[in-house]
Amino acid sequence: MTSTRSLWSQIALLVVIISLCVFPFYWMVTTSLKTQVVALEAPPVWLFEPTLDNYRAALFEDGVLRTLINSLIIAVCTTALALVLGVPAAFALARFEFRGKKDLWFWFITNRMVSPIVLALPFFLIARNLGVLDKHITLILIYLTFNLPIVIWIVTDQFRGIPYDLDEAARLEGASQFTIMRKICLPLAMPGVAVSAIFSFIFSWNELMFGLVLTRSEAKTAPAMAVSFMEGYNLPYGKIMATSTLIVIPVLIFALIASKQLVRGLTMGAVK
Amino acid sequence: MRGQVPRKTIFSFIGPAVLGLAIVGIAPLLYAIWTSLHFYNLTQLRRVEFIGLQNYWNVLTDESFWQAMWRTLFLLGTALPLQIALGLGIALVLHQPGLTLLKTLARLSLVLPMATTYAVVGLLGQVMFNQKFGVVNQLLGGADINWIGDPQNAFIMIIFWDVWQWTPFVALVLLAGLTMVPGEIEEAARLETKSKWTILRYVQLPFLLPGLVAVLILRTADTLKLFDMVFTLTRGGPGASTEFISLLIQRVGFRAFDQGLASAQAIILLIITIVLAQIYIRVFYKEV
Repeated sequence: MTSTRSLWSQIALLVVIISLCVFPFYWMVTTSLKTQVVALEAPPVWLFEPTLDNYRAALFEDGVLRTLINSLIIAVCTTALALVLGVPAAFALARFEFRGKKDLWFWFITNRMVSPIVLALPFFLIARNLGVLDKHITLILIYLTFNLPIVIWIVTDQFRGIPYDLDEAARLEGASQFTIMRKICLPLAMPGVAVSAIFSFIFSWNELMFGLVLTRSEAKTAPAMAVSFMEGYNLPYGKIMATSTLIVIPVLIFALIASKQLVRGLTMGAVK
Repeated sequence: MRGQVPRKTIFSFIGPAVLGLAIVGIAPLLYAIWTSLHFYNLTQLRRVEFIGLQNYWNVLTDESFWQAMWRTLFLLGTALPLQIALGLGIALVLHQPGLTLLKTLARLSLVLPMATTYAVVGLLGQVMFNQKFGVVNQLLGGADINWIGDPQNAFIMIIFWDVWQWTPFVALVLLAGLTMVPGEIEEAARLETKSKWTILRYVQLPFLLPGLVAVLILRTADTLKLFDMVFTLTRGGPGASTEFISLLIQRVGFRAFDQGLASAQAIILLIITIVLAQIYIRVFYKEV
């Protein structure tokens, strides 16, 4: 009965894959529910009385709530801005013929390759000279360096998939290109726009380095906050994991919603 | 003719995005080039002076820069083969027919690691790999391994998390490739031979190649960018044992405050990235 045996080994493999993926999250959540005494027990305990104290302390005493709000404001605004700038550009790349189009396309896409530290150094000096360190607007603009390319990439693709006949018909009736985009193509391209918005949100929400370098307190983002717990001895592991859980949960929800397109978005610029 | 529109229209559509990306993407680079040509230390701002290519010379002859670069490539060279091997294995398992529910569940759980905030992965590493109360040593049967404080173990730990986070990505990319193989060709091949290896090599591999190229390129770029996870996990330590290129530049610029030298390092990293991107554009868009 080789087939039943191979079936069982397949089930076993799948269970192993799922557990390996999920276990760190299980450990994160359970640690966040431990008191400091329980969290520091060696060897670690698996059964204990859960408490929400870490969440309460982190959110309301240490100001994690405010950093989460900062992250939310920044991620939402930069995503909106990336869409406003990126959707018309994507439409032009998909529909118009012009010289240098290919070069422009590559320039947009290669931004994905550049290490953020290359930009973090000059951003810091410029922001300091302009007096905009620790301001939301600084991060909102800077996150465009990776959000705009992802929006252009996904939405251009989506516009290309819309039959050209529709444009043609509208143009014969005297509609301007802008009207064609807004009234005819954009409603059909909505799935792509939504996915690119989810990506833009996830990338901005997850970003650490710019947040670390360009904010202090006012505009501090949640990942930068989580890192600041790591200073000194006797680290508050429960609180760190509670903050981590709060950061990760929205991202995971969005990622699961867009799971089908996630791979496509991450291979941006490398798969046609 | 299709697609021919007045220049003014084109510009009004694409101008704002180009302008936006130029302001946040190109202007800072020009400023970084300017900084890199100066002695520019945040602790001695009265003494900013033009020193030509001195910073570049210092970087190119600096052993720690090349060591960080080599370390970065070494990480790529160890993590990527593991990711491809494991990813291919997972993709092949998921590609087999049957067990739909469990496989959907597996596919969904694969999405989780790659969406996780990189900084949080590092924090998780701190908790799970702690020598005394970490769960990893417990699962290894009560081992007493010092993961974070030992140079070699710290490196292995970084590889582990990189593999954990990005193997799912490789698996899903390759799975997408496998589903591109036309069903009748795969069926015919299965009637011809029982060897799974033969089928993989001669039937499936051609469909996997574009995905593999993409993985190679993106993992290279992402390893050069790698910062968040390592910063929260080891800060590049102990010593410099996990100080990858982006961490080195961050340390020089923001912890040693030498913005001039760090900018020169960043520009050299950018040039290396552009060369790699050019190679990829040539290889991928011409040959595949």
